[in-house]
Amino acid sequence: MSLAQVETVAPEETGGGLGRDAWRRLRRNPVAIVGAILVIMFVALALLAPWLAPYPPDKPVGQVTPTSIPGPSAEHWFGLDDLGRDEFSRVLWGARWSLVIGVVSLLLGLVGGMVLGLLAGAFGGWVDGVVMRLVDIMLSVPGLLFAIGIAAMLGSGLDAVMIAIAVVNVPIFARLLRGQMLAQRQSDYVLAAKAVGVRRRRIVLGHVLPNSLTPVIVQGTLTLAVAIVDAAGLAFLGLSSNDPSIPEWGRMLADTQRYLSSAPLLAVFPGLAIIIAALGFTLLGESLREALDPKYRR
Amino acid sequence: MVFRQRGRPDVRAVDGVGFSVAPGETVGLVGESGCGKSVTSLAVMGLLPRRGVRVEGSVSFDGTELLSLPPDKLRTLRGRELAVVFQDPMTSLNPVVPVGTQVTEVLVRHRGLNEGEARKEAGDLLRRVGIPDPSRRLREYPHQLSGGMRQRALIATALACRPRLLIADEPTTALDVTIQAQILELLKTLVAESGTALILITHDLGVVAGMCDTVHVMYAGRIVERASRHDLFGAPRHPYTGGLLASVPRLDQPRGTRLEPIAGSPRDTIPWDRGCAFAPRCPNRVEECTSATPELLGGHHGLRCFNPLRSGPVREVTPR
Repeated sequence: MSLAQVETVAPEETGGGLGRDAWRRLRRNPVAIVGAILVIMFVALALLAPWLAPYPPDKPVGQVTPTSIPGPSAEHWFGLDDLGRDEFSRVLWGARWSLVIGVVSLLLGLVGGMVLGLLAGAFGGWVDGVVMRLVDIMLSVPGLLFAIGIAAMLGSGLDAVMIAIAVVNVPIFARLLRGQMLAQRQSDYVLAAKAVGVRRRRIVLGHVLPNSLTPVIVQGTLTLAVAIVDAAGLAFLGLSSNDPSIPEWGRMLADTQRYLSSAPLLAVFPGLAIIIAALGFTLLGESLREALDPKYRR
Repeated sequence: MVFRQRGRPDVRAVDGVGFSVAPGETVGLVGESGCGKSVTSLAVMGLLPRRGVRVEGSVSFDGTELLSLPPDKLRTLRGRELAVVFQDPMTSLNPVVPVGTQVTEVLVRHRGLNEGEARKEAGDLLRRVGIPDPSRRLREYPHQLSGGMRQRALIATALACRPRLLIADEPTTALDVTIQAQILELLKTLVAESGTALILITHDLGVVAGMCDTVHVMYAGRIVERASRHDLFGAPRHPYTGGLLASVPRLDQPRGTRLEPIAGSPRDTIPWDRGCAFAPRCPNRVEECTSATPELLGGHHGLRCFNPLRSGPVREVTPR
């Protein structure tokens, strides 16, 4: 290959934006692949539950008594639950609820946290002081305890669960974004933009914010895992919807407590589902962090 | 222009620095690291943080007093009338924003062009500063450009609105020598074409010799010698300037000639209160140097020294 060829080929090979670089690193990371497969599986099952589930999740499809709850069989893969409903169908539909609760509470928390973080990071001064003290107060209460308190205050219901989880995540996102923005504001390119008279709003939204989003995206992925676990935890404590027909993993766990001796597998299946979903988002989030963090770059 | 500027624990970083720049003229600010060159340029531009720093004195631009100008007025002047090129092109461009956007935002901001016009203009600007294939470069991100190309892009941004004053703060320090020469040549041409006044901040005397009409030598936050390029290189009077010139390698000296370093290094304390700041390192030190503070005296060839070099030209200057 001649030098001229090297020169013309090289930019194509190394080209691509920062996003493409990160994508390349992500694709080569086995942990990311496992995480992505788990996440895709979880999302696909959640979306396709109505078509994949062999039985309705909320109606009895077999005879059960408290002392004889049939375990897994060819007909009912995960067996029946205490009310004679098909456990497999309920776990599938449960993925749906977990996804909805996880995504909605993440989005609410993300929006709230980013607004607060943006305010603090953009204005600094007393605005920063007020917002950050608020964040400190919120962070001083342990997460799940805080969520329980809010959910209990709002009354039971899925809305309450989602809001509670969102509120717990607001200070985390706020602090993260604000810290990033403060660091970016000291950078040379911000000074250079100021030096050519770029307006403050444009500097904040066009320069500082895009450079500060990476850790927020990573945290968002990780938060999905936490939100799913927290939602299950709240449901387990009876702080979720009162409607017994809603198949929510945490609630399913709570409902099987009384039958642990006769049908222990009823606790295993929803438990495993929670672990797998949370694990998927955690693995994906961690490998996203590695792919996007400049410190890991060669 | 005169500025005084103080840091938090009342550090008088720069004091008694006064100079003027005429359109089309290139003025050099020379001095070693930490002598206040960059801070001076930031003060002129009003880019120093408002808290913890006090800038006193006067910066007059075409009759407008910049130091008392409200921030939004100053922001309108910056980029349109005043522009800066910073030292490090690697960090002066936003890594996640395409180069084109960063050039066009100045045009949109100051010349009121729409996105399409600005892109076209930005392409022309990049071509003018010698970037080949500008339309492709505009779409690319800073990490896809070489250091020299990034500095060219930054110069293009600075010159986008044909400012009347350009401050180049060590524009070539981060670049290798061949690129340095290209960038300096480019600055020279652009300044000559547009009649822009240029303040060139550097610690490289070779750059000064090739570029500047007038040179101000700074030491520890003050100007110690002020002269035309010819006078400065031909007949340096301040021992510090003499020392600087003696420490630069030259082609017209026989091989094996040792360079003369200036002994010691600048002190951190603010040294002008009692005597000359350069006195501890000065070969020409007299008693007066440590008891009284010298003033900048002399009109055309200004000097802040009690016992200047008198022996005429220390060395012949080779015209470049």
